[in-house]
Amino acid sequence: MIYADNAATTKMSEAAIRTMASLMETVWGNPSSLYEHGQNAKEVLESARQEIADIIGASPKEIIFTSGGSESDNQAILSAAMTGKRRGKTHIISTAFEHHAVLHTLKRLEKDGFEVTLLPVHENGIILPEEVAAAIREDTCLVTIMYANNEIGTIQPIPEIGAICREKHVLFHTDAVQAMGHIPVNVQDANVDLLSASAHKFHGPKGVGFLYVRKGVTLTNLIEGGAQENGKRAGTENVPGIAAMATALKEAVDNMPETSRHLIAMRDRLIDGLNQIPHGELNGDATRRLPGNVNFCFEGIEGESLLLLLDDKGIQASSGSACTSGSLDPSHVLLAIGRVHDVAHGSLRLSLSEDITEEEVDTIVRSVGEVVTYLRSFSPIWRDLMDGKKAFIL
Amino acid sequence: MALYSEKVMDHFRNPRNVGVLEDANAVGEVGNAKCGDIMKMYLKIEDDVVQDVKFETFGCGSAIASSSMATELIKGKPLSEVSQLTNKAVTEALDGLPAHKLHCSVLAEEAIQAALQDYETRTGKHVQA
Repeated sequence: MIYADNAATTKMSEAAIRTMASLMETVWGNPSSLYEHGQNAKEVLESARQEIADIIGASPKEIIFTSGGSESDNQAILSAAMTGKRRGKTHIISTAFEHHAVLHTLKRLEKDGFEVTLLPVHENGIILPEEVAAAIREDTCLVTIMYANNEIGTIQPIPEIGAICREKHVLFHTDAVQAMGHIPVNVQDANVDLLSASAHKFHGPKGVGFLYVRKGVTLTNLIEGGAQENGKRAGTENVPGIAAMATALKEAVDNMPETSRHLIAMRDRLIDGLNQIPHGELNGDATRRLPGNVNFCFEGIEGESLLLLLDDKGIQASSGSACTSGSLDPSHVLLAIGRVHDVAHGSLRLSLSEDITEEEVDTIVRSVGEVVTYLRSFSPIWRDLMDGKKAFIL
Repeated sequence: MALYSEKVMDHFRNPRNVGVLEDANAVGEVGNAKCGDIMKMYLKIEDDVVQDVKFETFGCGSAIASSSMATELIKGKPLSEVSQLTNKAVTEALDGLPAHKLHCSVLAEEAIQAALQDYETRTGKHVQA
């Protein structure tokens, strides 16, 4: 089996599992309790906070533990919006290809009277900092732009955008769920005020994440009920999960130079191989992308069929086709980079992890080629394209 | 829990009657690429019976399986029966489809109706239900 859907979730690292299992057995106290059991848990919690803070260049007080990326995104955006509203600022800037945790939160704010500008992401899937600068108004309270896109993996010029926001005194949030643990992320260099991350994207456990909140930025609570997390997020902390997240992040960051060198080589080998399939094309910038992300569109086929047949061949991947999204529209990310519906339905995302081998990459290339050829053999669209009744797009 | 029944997966993995029927005298194409499903049915009708049928489909697993099953259900059948084929019959024959995939079976019914319409246009006969 070749698992190539690491952007969806990752397998927990052995070290993270060991941390979690051992803490579940030995440190099960409530960190808010004052006796030893509780204080031991508190110690584990605070050392995880310190470790994560050190890795991203923050101070421990600036880290709030949450249930994951979606909660972090929701809290960051709603907090900045509430702060803005108090000051009469109700304009938010974001992009057309954010994760739905961001886009749906913005939709909700629009209903509450906020105005949202979604910047174009261009054909290569990269935001232009000057377009962010041009979009900022007197009443802009927040800019929220993802660090790296979850479907096409393109890495955004976050430090440049952050510098612009700082200069214009606008809060800047980044959804770093796909970037954290995969590329260097430092909140000082990146000039961010708020940053979301999720453990299960970097070989940590599911249901755990964190929100970085720069000192001085006011948070609005999503969950009330206790003084945990500096009073900003009620609920007894998931101590084993949080500690395992710190273990996983430390491991990912320590191994990053080696991992990313290997992954980039494998990614580019995969891209070169898939480029041999006629009438297919890479989605997003070829180099400014996450080390493990490959995303292609193939003309004349539909993504879900492709996934099912690849699964039969032992390859697990994902697609931005409508059929896999449960709606009639294909991925908003692919539409945002200008792919037309016909082509966007035929997309394939392969997200690799560091244990991928050259042989496995070659197996993927061969299998995708076989399946695409097979599906095209009875696709009426492909027939029309081959008969010249329709023009090729790719 | 698998997304699809074993029947659906069987018809998806080993679609029956796939391809083009060169001597078809009734052809129906429905759906559009924008929505991600196109189904094309080729029927050869003789003596008011579907003597042969083939299909081509661009679409998801259930679209391919629905096309395949629909061809099986009408092959060798008199037009009086073929014109009565419903999406419900296709779905039942497949041991069910997930709710958000039911439109695939509707598309199969519509593709057959479109082919019958084409046959009516070509021959002037009235066969549709």
